[in-house]
Amino acid sequence: MPAYYLEALTVALGLVLLMLEAFGPAHSKRYIGLFAASGLAIILVFGFFAIGPDDARDGATWPEWPIWENFYAFDAMARFYKGFALVCTILVILMAIDFRSVLSRFTDEPGSESGTGEFFALPVFACAGMMWMASAKDLAGAFVALELVTITFYVLVAYLRRNVGSLEAGVKYLILGALSTGFLVYGIAWIYGTTGTMNLEAIAARAGSVESPTALLFGIALVLVALGFKIGAVPMQMWIPDVYQGAPTPTTAFLSVGSKAAGFVLLLRFLEPFLGVDSLRGPVLTLLLLVAIATLLFGNLAALGQTNFKRLLAYSSIANAGFIVLALAAWSEKGGADPGSKSTVGFYLATYLLMTLAAFFILAQVRAQEGSDEIAAFDGLGKRSPVLAGLMTVIMAALAGVPLTAGFIGKFFVFSLAVRAGLWWGVGIAFIGAAAGFYYYFKLIRAMWWNEAPSGAAVVELPKVSHISVFALTTAIVVLGVWPQPVLWLMGGG
Amino acid sequence: MLLLIVLLPLLAFAAILGGAKARQTAVIASGANLALGLLAAFTWKTWANFWGFSVPVLSTPEIHLSLGFIDGMSVVMLLLSVIVAFAALLTGHAPVGREKLYYGSSLLIAAGAIGAFVATDLFFFYAFHELALIPTFLMIGMLGRGERKAVAWKITIYLGFGSLVLLAGLVWLGAAVDTFDMTAMNDAAVIDPATQKSIAAFLIVGFGILVSLFPFHSWAAPAYASAPAPTAMLHAGVLKKFGLYGLLRLGVPLVPEGLSAWLVPLCVLLLGNILWVGFVTISQKRLDGMLGNSSVMHMGYIFLAIAALAAAPDHPWALPAAVLLMFAHGVSIAMLFGLADKIERATGTLDLDELGGLAKSAPSLAFLFGLVGMASIGLPGLANFVGEVMVFISAFHPGNYNPVAGLGPVQITCILAIWGVVISAIYMLRAYRKVFQGPSGKLTEGAADLSLGDRVPAILLSVVLIVVGLCPNLLLSLLR
Repeated sequence: MPAYYLEALTVALGLVLLMLEAFGPAHSKRYIGLFAASGLAIILVFGFFAIGPDDARDGATWPEWPIWENFYAFDAMARFYKGFALVCTILVILMAIDFRSVLSRFTDEPGSESGTGEFFALPVFACAGMMWMASAKDLAGAFVALELVTITFYVLVAYLRRNVGSLEAGVKYLILGALSTGFLVYGIAWIYGTTGTMNLEAIAARAGSVESPTALLFGIALVLVALGFKIGAVPMQMWIPDVYQGAPTPTTAFLSVGSKAAGFVLLLRFLEPFLGVDSLRGPVLTLLLLVAIATLLFGNLAALGQTNFKRLLAYSSIANAGFIVLALAAWSEKGGADPGSKSTVGFYLATYLLMTLAAFFILAQVRAQEGSDEIAAFDGLGKRSPVLAGLMTVIMAALAGVPLTAGFIGKFFVFSLAVRAGLWWGVGIAFIGAAAGFYYYFKLIRAMWWNEAPSGAAVVELPKVSHISVFALTTAIVVLGVWPQPVLWLMGGG
Repeated sequence: MLLLIVLLPLLAFAAILGGAKARQTAVIASGANLALGLLAAFTWKTWANFWGFSVPVLSTPEIHLSLGFIDGMSVVMLLLSVIVAFAALLTGHAPVGREKLYYGSSLLIAAGAIGAFVATDLFFFYAFHELALIPTFLMIGMLGRGERKAVAWKITIYLGFGSLVLLAGLVWLGAAVDTFDMTAMNDAAVIDPATQKSIAAFLIVGFGILVSLFPFHSWAAPAYASAPAPTAMLHAGVLKKFGLYGLLRLGVPLVPEGLSAWLVPLCVLLLGNILWVGFVTISQKRLDGMLGNSSVMHMGYIFLAIAALAAAPDHPWALPAAVLLMFAHGVSIAMLFGLADKIERATGTLDLDELGGLAKSAPSLAFLFGLVGMASIGLPGLANFVGEVMVFISAFHPGNYNPVAGLGPVQITCILAIWGVVISAIYMLRAYRKVFQGPSGKLTEGAADLSLGDRVPAILLSVVLIVVGLCPNLLLSLLR
């Protein structure tokens, strides 16, 4: 089936969910979440059978449609990131199912879940936007997809309307989001002005012979800043800690994984044409390196002093963005022993998804059951809930980049790329960042195992859905840490 | 089959998590490993295919999960690991209610150490070591004594940083020889001297932190003093040897010019280990502090062998000397930590001033401690003696000593290092006198002697020390 059916199906699913929400019973919204997750899972399965125009049967008319020419690409990368968005959304919705107690407390009368239904429908629309971003071929189309995601997030971030933190986060996200949209449109205008087209393929053909490369570079820089907002890179990283901390935990997880990955795939699509042009390649890579270094420094060093786990994960998300941008700054095509920048970014994001979502699953339950996001809420968890603490230990070790976990291999790829490209400054800073990461992720392990639990602290138990999800994610972290090949297969390489 | 040796402790760990009886499972698994390890020592050459194992895990860059014996050094290290692991698990007595954690973590450390010594892929060589470090940190932080949290945090940060430095060196090395396959590295093109020098610096600092090379040693003594007995035995006895093994396995053959460029600084640092830490050891007031520092100090001798190799890479003696001493030191320090734990259990203290006269109430403890104490000083007839003598002689071997040219840095270092033997004798004999002789104190009067079960691991280790001491060829023949 043509690949764009996937987006259409996703949007249709979102509409169905809204209907169900409106006309279904009000006392429990659990079934809407389960319906959404299973619907997305079916679309994920469809994703494996989706094809682009090259694979169409003889006589089919759809490959001739102009959408393929102007708007929509479908290749291994698109397939991978569509799957990525779907998996991420499914997990976020599953997380939200077990987070209803907090959602309902701050949306409507305590005990009533009547205000929580949309929380399961909105991520589905965001997911459709992310999937489209993976296929974007045209700056205008990319912009629309990006706005679909961003606007959905405005609602999701401020969803807890009786919670001041969530509202504050919503306002901050709205203002900076609008600012970055401005940057994006302005950048696109400059690029259009110099090249006369918004189609990325056409830009690739013309970028080498533009009249004013400086103007084009200016446009590129503006778009980089705007995409920096999505991926959480300097100079648009300052919203992250506050918004992450204030937003409902599933939204935070969605922001830090789904939204970030969609930003990166768009960044890859956007950068590729310019990196092929010799006169632009150097300046663009320098820009990326500067962004990477600043992001790595900011994320890692600011994370050191955090005492709130959610905020820590926010800085960690900035730090990880720094690592990924470093992989882009060390741009290389796949070849020989070199997996290439594209595969490295995909691989890193895949491992990042596993680790970060697993951590958020546990955080969501600690938040729901203990009422706190502080690292201190994890004190003595090793005695209270040893299985949960054991899982969390693996997850934190993976985030810190301990070998035999997926997190190590992602960092390892980035380091090898940067070493091969000779980016010694980047390597040095990333090294400091990794060392700092070791410190701040292990803070949590320390709290769980070495500190005593405060008297009267509850035994945290994962509800069934969360339990299965965390278990599956952690298993994947360990398996991919020993045997990373499957991710490369998923990315269509081998 | 090597995969089985690595997996056995991991499977036992899983079984313990699943509810199997912790102590029995751990002892059975490590006992089976000991048997397999001995079998491997006899058959590693003839059954190389039977023991080896390799499966690709990643295509670009090429990484294999491959295990095997590159040469006899791996066999000796494997033997050391399985012997000490078995003894450590037998020695340990978990606090009530923490059995799963206690034995499970010890098994993980053992699996990681074994894996690191038999891995033939750079990636897993590094990864297995790290697998062993994490449970070490957890054990010290949770079940340690005294300032456990501060100590555990210090070792976590220190060794975490050291591992990263090491990782940088290894990645660079892997890029320079363009393969992660450790068996193929020696055939790779020679690395140019400038690169060698930089890589060697990373390796010396990275491995050096892990081995507590002076001045990166300050994590070691407090950590061992605080660690539960099996953790101290496994880390000081086995895991710490990973750094030395790495320098011998990778540094000496692949970056010889790099190492010789750093020869003089290396000599100065190792003298810091032997003399500086030696004097620190003399001034210790507690038995555990003394043992921890003495283990740091003895690393200096092995670094001396590495310095001899750096001065003359095709030196025929220095490598066997280093490996033999690593083995002997691993066994003896593990036994010392095990017995120190027994002393604390019997008397409730390790403060040298509070102990005394323990030989009267606990004669077999006194005998075994005396035996291993002598071994650690380097008494002839016990394994450490052979290793130390070979190291000293190798420093003056014609390969790197030319009488006409006079003394080089290695020879000067060696002459100074020999004084370390005197220092060892002072602190060890002094400790022995304070603990076991003199009038009995309040705490030592009614102290119980070793139970039959407690004697088994200590006797096993002392038999190893005596056998290797009397017939070092058993190990040396593996290294030829």
